[in-house]
Amino acid sequence: MSDQALIPGWEVVIGLEVHAELATATKMFSSALNQFGGQPNTNVDPVSLGLPGSLPVLNEKAVELAIRVGLALDCTIQRSVFARKNYFYPDMPKDFQISQYDLPINGVGSLELPDGRRIGIERAHLEEDTGKSTHVGGGGRIHEAGHSLIDYNRSGVPLIEIVSAPDMRCAEEARAYVSELRAILVAIGASDGKMEEGSMRVDCNVSVRREGTSELGTRCEVKNINSLRSMGRAIEYEARRQVDLLESGEKVQQQTRHWNEDDGRTHKLRSKEEAYDYRYFPEPDLVPVEPSDEWIAEIRAALPMLPRERRQRLAVAAGVEPQATALTVERGMDDLAVDTIAAGADATRVLVHVENNLADGVGELTAASFASLVAMEAGGDLTATQAKTVLADLVATGGDPAAHAASHGFEAMDTSELEALVDRLIAEHPDDWAGYVGGDDRERRRKSGFFVGQVMRATQGQADGRIVNDLLARRAAEQGG
Amino acid sequence: MTSPEIPRLSRDDVAHVANLARLTLSDEELDAFTGQLADVLDHAADIEALDLDDVPPMANPLPLVNVLRPDVPVSTEDAAKADAAAGFRAEVLAAAPSVEDGRFRVPPVLGEAP
Amino acid sequence: MSARSIAAAVRSGERSARSVVEEHLAAIDSSEGEVHAFNLVLADGALARADDLDRRIADGEDPGPLAGVPVALKDNLCTRGIDTTCGSKILEGWCPPYDATVVERLAAVGAVAIGKTNLDEFAMGSSTENSAFGPTRNPLDTSRVPGGSSGGSAAAVAAGFAPLALGSDTGGSIRQPAALCGTVGVKPTYGRVSRYGLVAFGSSLDQIGPFATSVEDAALLLEVIGGHDPLDSTSIPEASPDLLGALGRGVEGLRIGIISELMGGPDRAASVEGIADDVRARVEQAAEALAAAGATVEHASVPSTVYGLSAYYLIAPAEASSNLARFDGVRFGLRVDADTAAGMNTATRTAGFGDEVKRRIMLGTYALSTGYYDAYYGKSQKVRTLIQRDFARAYESFDLLLSPAAPTTAFPLGDKTDDPMLMYLNDVCTIPSNLAGHPSMSVPFGSGDDGLPVGVQVLAPALAEATMFRAAAVLEGAAP
Ligand SMILES: [Mg+2]
Ligand SMILES: [Zn+2]
Repeated sequence: MSDQALIPGWEVVIGLEVHAELATATKMFSSALNQFGGQPNTNVDPVSLGLPGSLPVLNEKAVELAIRVGLALDCTIQRSVFARKNYFYPDMPKDFQISQYDLPINGVGSLELPDGRRIGIERAHLEEDTGKSTHVGGGGRIHEAGHSLIDYNRSGVPLIEIVSAPDMRCAEEARAYVSELRAILVAIGASDGKMEEGSMRVDCNVSVRREGTSELGTRCEVKNINSLRSMGRAIEYEARRQVDLLESGEKVQQQTRHWNEDDGRTHKLRSKEEAYDYRYFPEPDLVPVEPSDEWIAEIRAALPMLPRERRQRLAVAAGVEPQATALTVERGMDDLAVDTIAAGADATRVLVHVENNLADGVGELTAASFASLVAMEAGGDLTATQAKTVLADLVATGGDPAAHAASHGFEAMDTSELEALVDRLIAEHPDDWAGYVGGDDRERRRKSGFFVGQVMRATQGQADGRIVNDLLARRAAEQGG
Repeated sequence: MTSPEIPRLSRDDVAHVANLARLTLSDEELDAFTGQLADVLDHAADIEALDLDDVPPMANPLPLVNVLRPDVPVSTEDAAKADAAAGFRAEVLAAAPSVEDGRFRVPPVLGEAP
Repeated sequence: MSARSIAAAVRSGERSARSVVEEHLAAIDSSEGEVHAFNLVLADGALARADDLDRRIADGEDPGPLAGVPVALKDNLCTRGIDTTCGSKILEGWCPPYDATVVERLAAVGAVAIGKTNLDEFAMGSSTENSAFGPTRNPLDTSRVPGGSSGGSAAAVAAGFAPLALGSDTGGSIRQPAALCGTVGVKPTYGRVSRYGLVAFGSSLDQIGPFATSVEDAALLLEVIGGHDPLDSTSIPEASPDLLGALGRGVEGLRIGIISELMGGPDRAASVEGIADDVRARVEQAAEALAAAGATVEHASVPSTVYGLSAYYLIAPAEASSNLARFDGVRFGLRVDADTAAGMNTATRTAGFGDEVKRRIMLGTYALSTGYYDAYYGKSQKVRTLIQRDFARAYESFDLLLSPAAPTTAFPLGDKTDDPMLMYLNDVCTIPSNLAGHPSMSVPFGSGDDGLPVGVQVLAPALAEATMFRAAAVLEGAAP
């Protein structure tokens, strides 16, 4: 993805495990509410507290959302079995987590990045979330806490864990993967994908190898990453650490490591030898899930367009590369863009406006008014600056762009008037003009900037910069032949 | 193929599983449990000797699949159910060994979840 | 007086529910001190409930088919606001904030919960000597055990403290104590009765079932508690079967097989060991009675049942090791404090669990651990498949099977407490049904050389409780 290797002579290999909370109304295995925040221990019942005698019953919607994820990632949807992952931890009420082990609901698939690269997906399985511990005393730091308080509102919230293949090669690519994955999850209504609220969490498996070798190096898993930014930092730190070890003749130990945001380092949590024995076995309180072909087809048919399909659609409509439509799709403005282009608007101008002038949303803007605005601009009735002002009006109140333009007193400047002004400025600044005519590309760009600036000053920004540039070029051609 | 010979359960094995299961054993308990557990595993030698490579495992005696629950919360509009839910929380917290601000209080949790 | 006649009398207004409850409380008063069937007698609650039922009946309401009938509940069934201990110090004083499904169902048909009965801690045992609150004694001979783990429920029914009781059966914990106390005890098909609110031991094996003084009462109780429950994923989707209607139909034309492997004896090399001669003689006599009533009776072979004990004592502890992890001192029950959460978990569990529970937790942890899973847990699950296949083959030729329910009659207290493996052998005849998920029941049929009751086990294929009850009714009528 980035042209330059992060560390010369080395290749970084990254695989990601993303946990996303599924957007159900109730928990994975009981009818307690799946709701963020709220008074502690209110969204609980015998099941989410792991009370003796309680039993799990699987939420149909969680399965449906997991299948949506599987379909969106081109995974094989398969017969799956829940297993118990046994370990003691206070926020885990049963002291085992119900997860899927050797038979996940979604098998191998892939995710396509906006630049067209494919990242392999190894699996995407269902599991339950834990409660939340708050460490009291020691400034909330786990190692210095005086005691801990546990809220089980999050306990039993359905999660999907999406495990990628080790297909990423730099932090930037990992970020692109997570962004695209999040966009997919949001688009299909599977998750709200909010990393900052913890509804989407990322663990990174990082290893390094000498450039040109194909064998995978020993990997470390980095946990406790809370944002895309810290993910990038953590990957870069961890790769550097491993390269330093190898370059000084040492070996990388397989470890689970903890990212510390404050000191910008990863710290050893435990070694492979200390790896916990989870004693997985099939969850006897649940039965296998075997989604029928009909059900899968039904879910597939109801799936909305995926970001990749939307980029493709807009790219075709606008006659550009799919990558050039990424921001528009990310902002969810591709429907508007496609409709505006379909109404006859110039595609390039549409995309420029969406990318530069609609960051705060589309408000009252409709495809029809957007299209007539772009037409006015293309026809020279409005300058780029004026068009931006009118666009803001359309977003705020809707209506007719011509009326907005008139109310601002925007009028198309007569080209002959503009020609006279340009000729006068050429005469007044002969040295600058000589630079424009005779200079290299860079000089010519600087001087054109100068003349356009002068025109804008004289017209209070009413002129169209592109037309000014055209005029300058024509005059130079007339002179220089 | 039958399973390879499993070594007889040792005192260290018992100490290890006690640790995994969060139990502390005295030396005498460790000795006694090692002998007793080894007896049970010796009895299980009869199944260790069986060749079951072609037999599928049975996790559950029922042939049920796809037991699913609709994604519907317990109604809080129903006054009786809302009362029961409120009562439930109070009962749960009252039955807890230690509570602070509506949360379960425990001694400091050292280390991350594995 | 049978549960059925009590309910009939109460529903018709012939008898008050209060008088029924008072009569049973009086029986408890007179000999509970010796027997110790209960961890908790709900005297006040039962009387208040009886008065409420009487008021409703006076108002013309019909509380249902168990109106006014006292039922004793094994103390591993969750009862809202009422102590549920599982016979363990780790849950001493814990009041669940919810009711088990069976408890709700009993309440809905007019039954009166009369007490929580003693059990081996977390249902792990065959003598009810593993309770943290002291052993229960066999009411027929208080020097002897009542069997277990539902020994308190069996003893309560045998002693006349309640006409009905509920137990749980993971490897024989209803049928074996029923046999030793001379009551009827039923383990239904896995999934027939909801496990919601039953504190889990071996989740893939556990079933709740009835104790009663008669086959008819057992059928009545099972009909009431059975049927689908959306709160238990392993609950069979269909409604409870008509058992009472099946009782009078006899065994004419039924093919019944005696399981050779569970009969012991010198001439049966491929059999389990330890089946007492007097017990075997009674089972053979029971077979003759069924033949006399019109059934065809032959010897049957279910070869892999001999591996049941080994498989069971790996599967049940494995599941238990996971099920019992939640007793960690965080949310309910006992807490023994320590400097860290992990230390607190360990201190609590070490102080709260008894030896047998610790033994099984460690055994199960071992059977699931890396490197041993395939040899132990995995292999045991394959043995389950073998046993289910062998049963399926046998049921091609037979409608029902027959065996002893327990290898011996009730044994003296303390006899087997020092040797866990010896204690485990008590379950050798009952375990195969749990592994296969099939129903089976113990019906009292005469007594052994010591004059103590012998139970005959009737086994049926999955969902065939009605056929099973037909044979049980015939045996009950023919019992010496
Ligand atoms: Mg993971
Ligand atoms: Zn996970």
